[in-house]
Amino acid sequence: MALEIMEGSIAVAQAVRRCRPQVVSAYPITPQTHIVEALAEIVANGELAADYITVESEFSALSACVGAVAAGSRAYSATTSQGLALMFEVCFNMAGMRLPLVMTIANRALGAPLSIWNDQQDSISLRDAGWLQLYAEDNQEAVDLHYIGYKVAEDHRVLLPAMVCFDGFILSHTYEPVNMLSQEEVDAFLPPFVPKYRLDAASPVSMGMYATPDYYLEFRYETDQAQKRALEVLREVGKEFGERFGRDYSELVESYQMEDAETALVAMGSICGTTKDAIDEMRTEGKKVGLVRLRSFRPFPSEDLKAALAGVTRVAVLDKNITLGAGGATARGAVALEVRDALYGSTIPVLDYIIGLGGRDVRIEDIKKVVALCEAGEGDRFYGLRTEVL
Amino acid sequence: MQELRIHGRGGQGSVTAAELIAVAAFEGGKYVQAFPAFGVERRGAPVQAFVRFSDRPIRLRSQVYEPDFVIVQDPSLIRDVDVFKGMEAGGIAIINTERPIEHPVPAGVRVLTIDATTIALETLGLPITNTALMGAFAAATGMVSFETLVDALRHRFSGSLAEKNIETTRRAYDVMKAAAEAT
Repeated sequence: MALEIMEGSIAVAQAVRRCRPQVVSAYPITPQTHIVEALAEIVANGELAADYITVESEFSALSACVGAVAAGSRAYSATTSQGLALMFEVCFNMAGMRLPLVMTIANRALGAPLSIWNDQQDSISLRDAGWLQLYAEDNQEAVDLHYIGYKVAEDHRVLLPAMVCFDGFILSHTYEPVNMLSQEEVDAFLPPFVPKYRLDAASPVSMGMYATPDYYLEFRYETDQAQKRALEVLREVGKEFGERFGRDYSELVESYQMEDAETALVAMGSICGTTKDAIDEMRTEGKKVGLVRLRSFRPFPSEDLKAALAGVTRVAVLDKNITLGAGGATARGAVALEVRDALYGSTIPVLDYIIGLGGRDVRIEDIKKVVALCEAGEGDRFYGLRTEVL
Repeated sequence: MQELRIHGRGGQGSVTAAELIAVAAFEGGKYVQAFPAFGVERRGAPVQAFVRFSDRPIRLRSQVYEPDFVIVQDPSLIRDVDVFKGMEAGGIAIINTERPIEHPVPAGVRVLTIDATTIALETLGLPITNTALMGAFAAATGMVSFETLVDALRHRFSGSLAEKNIETTRRAYDVMKAAAEAT
């Protein structure tokens, strides 16, 4: 497997090129900018036969993609943070209209206060829009999830847009080795988009109509059913990817050192790399600690997670987001709410740690401290609060 | 795993130096990771960039706190920033300065100075010291070879800009090689 070294954003742009989108529309925003700059150059150089539609806002960028996909094209966009917030309405429309897309999210905190730094509040806040949400641990996975994302999103059993989420700066601005598939390999894996319905003057249809109370509930049901089918399609496509290219993505949760684990950490994204190093150190110190990493947040693989956590004594969730006001007197992030839901009825304690918000660095010793807190039964709180500035 | 921290000021090419050193080390057979201290790109402001080197794939995503190696592009930074922070015995600090270092240095840390500004002015005509310090880093630490640095420079730059930077790197490499062997 040949590795090349490049910046995460450039690797993503090169992967997108190999997916052959026919329309690209995006608005630059830190830390996503390098991706769309690279794609603009790729299109201008004639290396990708796409219309690159420049727009004045993220709202228009995603709206252009809605039109492109409705007309039967494969489209692409990328954004983060405030840009994603500006797309809020279009995100719901795109999923409700069952238009498949891959959009890269270079995860970043939401203002106010203004922060350009990483956490996962932006995509998490679009949880209920109907999009698939996949989270990458490293740049190799970020790259591969674009190929997989298109294939799953465009599958007629799914027909939903997908966010491929990778941590802003921490991954997007990092140079590291990646294996880039050749165009021929991607073409063999990802055939051209075949829309189930499309806008065609010769055979007119209406899309995005209003639904009266007699129909709206059923539309939401069908979108939810598509999410549920996506669980199996993700496994199936991830398995095929592994068989072709040697990197298996059939598991929606990855278990690391879980065989005899008493304390299980649950997390998503790049924090999992640091967590694995922390686990290796704790294992040499005799602590039975493991990690269950979520690759998919939407659809949420509740059964897989439940199976992965069977037999542990306690669970510590690392949440790079906060659901403000949740949890009564305690603190809750969105991942912990899902984990508690998946484990409903079991007696395994699930403790949550709101960590790394707005770019606060997370080190190996922080993960060790979280495990120590969890063992002491202390959690459901912000981790690392600087009480002196409160 | 070994770690490098580069201190510079915005506009001096610290992030580029980290990337090029990583590219060279990768070509030399190592797993690498290079990244900037995020969000401080203002020209003239103190900036940092980091490189990790390992024989295994690198999973760690935190910033670098206990570097084995430090490069300081601008001697005026030593007043403002604790450039030796986290360094331990056996570490190597490469500092662009024409004067001896008077700042206290952690025990066992080897400080190597080089007048990279003069080298850059003579070869590039600009006081941009990043490629000179890459050469000094290669000579002082052996973490990357001069040849792989040249390949990385040719990959990044073209034409006379590449050649001028290669010359800058080579001169600093030779100066540091002689200095490192003399001490």
